[in-house]
This record gives sequence, structure tokens and C-alpha cells, in this order.
Amino acid sequence: MDFFNILLSTSFDIAPIIAIIFGFQYLVIRKKVHRLPQVIVGFVLVLLGLSLFLLGLEKALFPMGSMMAEQLTSPSFLPTLAEDVQRHWSDYYWVYIFAFTIGASTTIAEPSLIAVSIKAGEISGGTINPFILRIAVALGMAIGITLGTWRIVMGLPLQGFILGAYLLVIIQTLRSPKSIIPLAFDSGGVTTSTITVPIIAALGLGLATSIPGRDPLMDGFGMIALACLFPIITVMGYAQIAEWLEKRNRLRNESS
Amino acid sequence: MKEIFLAFTKQARDSLRDLIPVLLVMAFFQLIVIRQPLPDGISFSDLWIGLFSVLIGLTLFIKGLQIGLFPMGESLAHAFAKKSSVISLLVFAFALGFGTTIAEPALIAVAGKASEVVSGGGMIEATSTAQQRFALELRLVVAMSVGSAVLIGVLRILKGWPLHYMIIGGYVIVMVLTLFAPSEIVGIAYDSGGVTTSTITVPLVTALGVGLASSIKGRSPMLDGFGLIALASVMPIIFVLSYGLILL
Repeated sequence: MDFFNILLSTSFDIAPIIAIIFGFQYLVIRKKVHRLPQVIVGFVLVLLGLSLFLLGLEKALFPMGSMMAEQLTSPSFLPTLAEDVQRHWSDYYWVYIFAFTIGASTTIAEPSLIAVSIKAGEISGGTINPFILRIAVALGMAIGITLGTWRIVMGLPLQGFILGAYLLVIIQTLRSPKSIIPLAFDSGGVTTSTITVPIIAALGLGLATSIPGRDPLMDGFGMIALACLFPIITVMGYAQIAEWLEKRNRLRNESS
Repeated sequence: MKEIFLAFTKQARDSLRDLIPVLLVMAFFQLIVIRQPLPDGISFSDLWIGLFSVLIGLTLFIKGLQIGLFPMGESLAHAFAKKSSVISLLVFAFALGFGTTIAEPALIAVAGKASEVVSGGGMIEATSTAQQRFALELRLVVAMSVGSAVLIGVLRILKGWPLHYMIIGGYVIVMVLTLFAPSEIVGIAYDSGGVTTSTITVPLVTALGVGLASSIKGRSPMLDGFGLIALASVMPIIFVLSYGLILL
């Protein structure tokens, strides 16, 4: 029963793109669709697949994120607290470790990132090492998420973090080697896969719900945004360091 | 028949590769660090059923995109990029961005969560109709923003405007809007910028950018295909922040 409801609402979700694609094909381009039966099978698969994914989202991905948040912040798990003492942010260290490992592990093995970094290594002609580039992206993602959890624990406003990060990105964009910029901005999008986004979102909202004094509406969001921003910073940072090292080596070679 | 089966197992392996690191980290924390029974309301069997449907669902979804939507979308994008009036190209660009974003799984997920939280916080009524309306409105706003981003991106490729200044300009607009927007919407707005560019939007929008760039002299496919995506992740923030300014 549940699944049929999801199936119905999913049909509405994919109706616009079907209407747009077929509308333009038949009304504007006016050409027959190449291999129509296969295309129709494809759309049926998209409908079934998206519905199954959304079902699993409610049953597994959301509960997993909020469950971790709840367990890692429950009083029985945290160090015991003396009477009338405010909990220090460092008591939540397992939360930060969890956020960091989830961020790094989901990114380092991401297939699209591996492909992109090999290509970047070729384009740069050896200045950029594909493996270090992957580490830079994973590190950026991990730092972004960890910072996001720390912000929720502290209850600091998100605006400050984002504005600061944006300012840094703008300055770096103006000073980085031109060829790395597309790649740096792309790496922000690569890190957030369809599986990790719901888990991270649920983790943030769960933390904001279970940590005393935090409000899900004010504090729960922002993890995904930080997870997208920090890889941009670390990748451009890596490119700047690589360029600087190369320049220094060249100068040293010339002088000797 | 055997080929079809092989294609699906390969796709399932790719989806599994996304899932395995998450599972390993979770298992490590559950078994070594937390060592407590699962909290009330979460059952082990439900988790496994859910993970299984995520895996199968994502596999079918991506395979379906690959045999249906992507080839059609790409051939359309190339057809529009090669020969058609600027007006119909721009209309197509907007429609493509809009349509792909409405069906984006990560956006459906985050919009649903956002509507729960917003109604819990008392910004909208705490009924399921009000929640559904908010979630749908949010997705429409984000979809329109991606549509406009692709439209502007296509204009940029046609006119050859420099990309850096547009992105930096977008960032500056975001920074200014942040100062004025109600703080309840800020987190949702920023997160919606990150969820739009994943499964469906990126391949089709990139196809449009690359097709366009390769049919116009003096444009680089790599740089221009990317530019559309970069714009498509800044524009939602601008639109959702403005939506918050109007709504509240």
C-alpha cells in the first residue's frame, strides 16, 4: 500500500521531465525518437527505481543518520558530568570522529572522483598528482562535515561559516592557476552522492534535536553546504601549493 | 538476456561501492564504539530491507536514465546546440534545468525533511497538507533557479562572458542576501545548493554545455560544460533566500 502511494507521487515527480523531453522532440525538433521501446523501458525503470529508492530512504538512510546522532549524544554514552556543569564541546569528540570518517571514506573511493583526478593529472602535465588530489577532495569533505557538526554542537550561526568560506573561495579563485578552477568547483559537487546526502542531512538534524539547547530549524541544516564548499578550498589550496613548490624548485635549479 | 543481466550487476556493483564505506563506518561505530542496542523504533530488519531497496532502486534508476533519458536528452541538446533560434534554445535550456531538478532524488529527500522541520518550528502550519505544500514549493523554487542558471549559462556561452566574474558575482549576491534573509531559511537555502547537482542534472546539463561549446568556435568544452554546473549550484541559494524573504 505504502509503495503504491510512493509510486503515484513519483510519477508526478518525473512527469515534467518526460513532458519536456517528448514535447521538444515532437513539437520543436520534429524527429522520430531513436529506439522508442528502449526509451520507454528506461522511463519505467526510472519510475520503479526512484520509488524504491525513496522507500529505502524512509526505512534506512534517514533512520541511520538520526540513529547515529542520537546514540553518540545520549547521556549514557558521553562522559559523566559533575552537577551543574555545562557540557564542554570537546565531550562530543566521537561525533567529530564519526563525521570525519564518514566524510573521508565516502569520498576517497568515489568512482567519478577517481576518473576526474586522473584526467586532471594529465591536463596539468605532472604538476598535479591524482592521488594527492583525491586526498585533497576527501579531506575537504571530511573537514566540511566535521566543522558542520562542531557548529551544531556550539550553536554558532551558519552565516558566519559560509560567508568566511565564500570569502576564502573568492580570494583563492583570483589567485589560483586558471586550469584548476573548473576542477575545484566541480569537486564540490562530486562529493555529495545520492546516498550520502540523506545520511548527512539526517545526522545534522538528529544532532540539533538531541543536543540540549539546539533547535533543528536554526541549527540542523548547513552540513551539506559546508561539505560542498570545503573541497573547493582544499583543491585550490593544493593547486597553489603545487605551483609554489614547482616555482621554488625551478628557481633552485636555475641558481645552482 | 545474459547481457542485460550483466549490465545490471555492473550497475549494482557501482551503487554498492557508494554504500559500502558508509556501512563499514557505521558497523565499526556500532560494534566497537557505541556497543548499545538499537534505539526504540528502529529495527534491524527494517534497516536491511531499506538498504536493499536503496541499492536496487538506485541501480534501476541509473540504468533507466542511461537507456532512456540520457540518450534522448543528449541528442536533443546537440540538436538545439547546432541549429535553432536563440529563443527556442533558451526555452529548452530553462526547461531542461527545471525538469531534471524536479526529479532529483536528493532534492526530494532534503525538501521533505525541511518541510517537517519548518512546520515543527512553527513557520508553517503543522499539518501534512501544509508540509507537502512547502516541500513542493521549495522544489519548484529550486527547479526554477536551476532552469534560470542553465539559461544564463547558455547565454554566457553564446556571448562569451567570463565565467569567474559571474560566479564571484553570484557569491556576492548570496552574501548580501544572507545578511537580510530570515535566519530560519538560511541553512535550508545553502543545503539546497548542494543537492541539486547530482544524479540527473549533471549529465544532461553538461551534455548541453559541451554540445554548445563544441559547435561554437573558440569555446572550450571542458570549461563551458563545467560553468553550467557551477552556476546551477549558486543560483538555488539565491532563489531560496529570496523565497524566504518573501515568505516570512
